[in-house]
Amino acid sequence: MKKIKVALYFPATEVTKPITYHLIKDYDLQINILNADINLNRQGKLVMDMIGTEWNIEAGLKYIEDQGLKYKLFTKSIIWQEEGCVHCGACTAVCPSGALQMDKESWNLTFDKEKCMICELCVKACPLKVMCVSV
Amino acid sequence: MGYKSFDEINEKIKCGKAVVVTAEEIIDIVAEKGVKQAAKEVDVVTTGTFGPMCSSGMFINFGHSEPPIRMTKVWLNDVLAYAGVAAVDAYIGATELSETRGMEYGGAHVIEDLIAGKDIKLYAESYGTDCYPRKEITTYINKNNVNQAYMFNPRNAYQNYAVAANTTNRIIHTYMGTLLPNLGNVTYTTSGELSPLLNDPYYRTIGIGTRVFLGGAQGYVAWEGTQHNPSQKRRENGVPLSSAGTLALIGDIKQMSTRFIRAAVFEKYGVTLFVGVGIPIPILDEELLINTCVKNSEIFANIYDYGVQSRNKPVLGSVSYEELRSGTIEINGKKVPTAPLSSLKKAREIAELLKQQIMKGEFFISQPVASLPLENKGNTLDIRGIENEKD
Repeated sequence: MKKIKVALYFPATEVTKPITYHLIKDYDLQINILNADINLNRQGKLVMDMIGTEWNIEAGLKYIEDQGLKYKLFTKSIIWQEEGCVHCGACTAVCPSGALQMDKESWNLTFDKEKCMICELCVKACPLKVMCVSV
Repeated sequence: MGYKSFDEINEKIKCGKAVVVTAEEIIDIVAEKGVKQAAKEVDVVTTGTFGPMCSSGMFINFGHSEPPIRMTKVWLNDVLAYAGVAAVDAYIGATELSETRGMEYGGAHVIEDLIAGKDIKLYAESYGTDCYPRKEITTYINKNNVNQAYMFNPRNAYQNYAVAANTTNRIIHTYMGTLLPNLGNVTYTTSGELSPLLNDPYYRTIGIGTRVFLGGAQGYVAWEGTQHNPSQKRRENGVPLSSAGTLALIGDIKQMSTRFIRAAVFEKYGVTLFVGVGIPIPILDEELLINTCVKNSEIFANIYDYGVQSRNKPVLGSVSYEELRSGTIEINGKKVPTAPLSSLKKAREIAELLKQQIMKGEFFISQPVASLPLENKGNTLDIRGIENEKD
């Protein structure tokens, strides 16, 4: 089994297609939607984790393309250099996925990589510059 | 109603018998024992804060070169320092930006690097005089080869502060961090119930000469801070509704630690300095104790719209620190996520460390030599004469 993180871009004309349904049913993929911004008659974006066999993932991605959608694989990841962090919380102000949060007891910063959409907003918002992007 | 004097408490500290607790711990102690008993038992309550404080900087004396120079312009790692004082004295402000690296490096970074023991490049110019013939110098300094290096921060430890919001439809970058459009978030700063001046709202024990924890060293309150505004409206418990009192602090850079002093960059705003401050409050009587029991639910701050580019930003409401700490507040019926900018974790570390230092007899309390003003009119800068004419 393989796991990838991918963003799907729906042209305004294609937002009514039940893409996720087919990915699950026809390609046996486990889909975990991380972020969705889909509106009727407007370009949409869907960020998801996709788990399946290598063959099914490739076939699923080809299906996405065949439906007139574009996709982008997340190859980068956000690295939190914790030893330099002062746990101020400035990054949590901009994190759209909830990956960066303050622990309400200890007031430590917590980072859930699984939730991270690699939007990179935290990289700029961090006053100590301890968030960076791996390539 | 008085129980103890400063001297009596210091005697107890000397013998290792002082009872010291943090401003968070005192809340439960008083709930359990009551004010009267707790005021008799507890000698000192420690506070702490660790937030970005722009109004910070450092005086430094480099010692004299051979032949000597009367420095008229000074750069430290390409960051301009003010040299309009004596021959080899300079002041570097935390927010001054590097002339080569721009916003990624500034005065705050020079200060942090110096504390870390790193070499700093010094370049200075002069017009040359009979007594100071040298006209230029390039060398390296560090905290061991300079004479004095002391932090002098004109405004630290703000007594309460704004909560920042943004009602415009674009993202804005401020000293209060990145504010998302259409009330997408709010940011706040101060350590709330642990914050120094919120625990002694009328400055009864915090005044000029008070010994404080500053960046890991023992520093002092030098003066009222700039923009000190004790006349700010207050609640019944004395807590101001928005930014009020401030402190000018002084302390030895050579004794400080990068654990408690850190340079910071706020995107598209500039450079600032995270400063760790802790202040002990001696419990001389019941009133002082009651003040230190202030809780997050009793501290309110105004929410200001930073989308309005005016010194008079509209107030969108008032919110308690308890609500801010919950992670979500409501503004005009809309749920808005909150984010802190000052580190409560570090503030707690400072209050705890100060507590340990006092209990071990390493840190003594001090009676102010003069009080901070309780009345002060804040002035604004009005434009007179011909606008934008420099000469």
